[in-house]
Amino acid sequence: MNRILSALLLSTAIVFAGSSAFAQDKTVKIGVLNDQSGLYADLGGAGSTLAAQMALEDSGLLKKGWKIDLISGDHQNKPDIGSNIARQWFDVDKVDVIVDVPNSGVALAVNNIVKEKNGVYINSGAATSDLTNAQCSPNTVHWTYDTYLLAHSTGGALVKAGGDSWFFLTADYAFGAALERDTTAVINSAGGKVVGGVKHPLNSSDFSSFLLQAQASKAKIIGLANAGGDTTNAIKQAAEFGIVSGGQKLAALLLFLTDVHSLGLNVAQGLNFTETFYWDLNDQTRAFSKRFQDRMKTKAAPSMVQAGVYAGVLHYLKVLEAAGGNSHDGAKIVAQMKATPTDDPLFGKGTIQENGRKIHPAYLFEVKKPSESKGPWDYYKLVATVPADQAFTPLSESKCALLKK
Amino acid sequence: MQALYAQLLVGLINGSFYALLSLGLAVIFGMLNIINFAHGALYMMGAFVAYFFLEYAGIGYWWSLLLAPIVVGLFGVILERTMLQWLSGLDHLYGLLLTFGMALIIQGLFQNYFGSSGLPYAIPDLLKGGVNLGFMYLPIYRGWVVIFSLIVCIATWYLIERTRLGANLRAATENPTLVRAFGINVPRMITLTYGLGVGLAALAGVLSAPINQVRPLMGADLIIVVFAVVVIGGMGSIMGSIITGFALGVVEGMTKYFYPEASNTVVFVLMVLVLLVKPTGLTGRAH
Repeated sequence: MNRILSALLLSTAIVFAGSSAFAQDKTVKIGVLNDQSGLYADLGGAGSTLAAQMALEDSGLLKKGWKIDLISGDHQNKPDIGSNIARQWFDVDKVDVIVDVPNSGVALAVNNIVKEKNGVYINSGAATSDLTNAQCSPNTVHWTYDTYLLAHSTGGALVKAGGDSWFFLTADYAFGAALERDTTAVINSAGGKVVGGVKHPLNSSDFSSFLLQAQASKAKIIGLANAGGDTTNAIKQAAEFGIVSGGQKLAALLLFLTDVHSLGLNVAQGLNFTETFYWDLNDQTRAFSKRFQDRMKTKAAPSMVQAGVYAGVLHYLKVLEAAGGNSHDGAKIVAQMKATPTDDPLFGKGTIQENGRKIHPAYLFEVKKPSESKGPWDYYKLVATVPADQAFTPLSESKCALLKK
Repeated sequence: MQALYAQLLVGLINGSFYALLSLGLAVIFGMLNIINFAHGALYMMGAFVAYFFLEYAGIGYWWSLLLAPIVVGLFGVILERTMLQWLSGLDHLYGLLLTFGMALIIQGLFQNYFGSSGLPYAIPDLLKGGVNLGFMYLPIYRGWVVIFSLIVCIATWYLIERTRLGANLRAATENPTLVRAFGINVPRMITLTYGLGVGLAALAGVLSAPINQVRPLMGADLIIVVFAVVVIGGMGSIMGSIITGFALGVVEGMTKYFYPEASNTVVFVLMVLVLLVKPTGLTGRAH
């Protein structure tokens, strides 16, 4: 009798335990952390918050009774401020997922905190390939692009086209160092060489001294391992100092749509660079961009970073829905994100590798001449497409500890 | 050696902006006793007004050089009449806090509507291209900036130190009651002085628009350096500001050549050294 009773009790317990696993929490809190006032504010900033907002609306979960909150924070490109916000978000505000985080210095700092707090980290804005290599984490997905891609696509194409000697203008922090390192590897393996370089402080407005040094080096290519306002200033002033007309070529290793808009086609025309998203790629990207532009205060088209935020949040919510609720267990959710193939209107079908690297095609673009542009934001010509399986670090070369070798 | 000449020249070019901006600050501080933290924001407004002129009214660079400082100067006059004038006689700190707050509001408004990465402004046709000096390729526009700023700096110095108007102005700040007794309208002079200082900031903004992007934060990035220039030169000293402005541009240029990583901090290191030795700055007198 006792045995029957305990068996009954046990089975009831199992049933209850089982049902509680299904009746999961349907609340989610998303934190968009990026530069909202400085030199990277246009490529991410308020646009990334809007992209995340659109993703949670488009996921359809709100209509199904989910409660999804969105907050945003300004890390001001300072790792200590970014870390403090991230900690507060996990400890006090109970944020589940941190998205965007451009500026590799801040991104790497936040990466450690998200891992420590077992949250989810969908990075779109940062470039450093370390996020999925030496510093990879079971809680991190690196969505949009990275320095390996930029180095191989833009750098590789330029070396192939005869640019075998390089001089670097490098932003003096984690991102610049990673981009210079990855591009140098590509140049060396293709038989070219780096003849010199200069490291400039982040957010420099005057590049003339650095450009004169680059000019004096006689290198065929001047590689710009910087981003945002630093890149646009360097390009504009290079034109002024007659660098390109003097026979040297400028390689903007990382250039965003908002940078081209800021430069104007007169100055930017002819530049080659790599992106993984452009608003005018196909009907789906155009439809999204139209909706996005209508809601942006500055009426700007989405950058690839903002597109990455949208696609990343959409995939995250899709995985939560498939799991029936939010377990608030970051590592578990990221594992499910990796196990689920990605499919979204902006990047198409793709996958997330074991090291957290999101895989999709990349595009080599050239900036149109003013006469070729048909209207506002019509800036790019597609030069080549890099297939998804060649765009990012091959798993065999990845230094990520998560990979069982 | 050739590279060194080039860096000297480039330093001088940046020094022109430092000199023009610190000159305006010195004029305002010397006459109104206000530490004008809004100076960077007003510099930025100068560049934006030039951009608006070109984009919406077809007014080009040359007219902007004259009109943009007047427009922004008038804005300065309104600021002085509505807010700053109530601070006369109070501690410096009040002026500093008020102008700092104004700067944040102005920058925030521009950033809200125009984003942060900036808008393009082309070099005027007449000043396009460059000349090969042997040791460097000098963009004509940059050469123009140095010469034009020097002329403006010297003219302003002459106006304040060598003319009757300047003498009245200096007397008015020393002893307003006495000067008023001579029938001179002191408050109006103070207002016009603020307008002049603001106009100088806007002029620097127009000069800078074709070189840098027209960005809401262009002044915020520069203003701290300019304050260091003013402090090193001696608060309120007109000639001190001009000379220190050009000199620090050159020092910064040299640092970019020999140790680029330190180029953003060298000015502050110098400031600390100068203040340790001479707390009133190089040419300043004790207040």
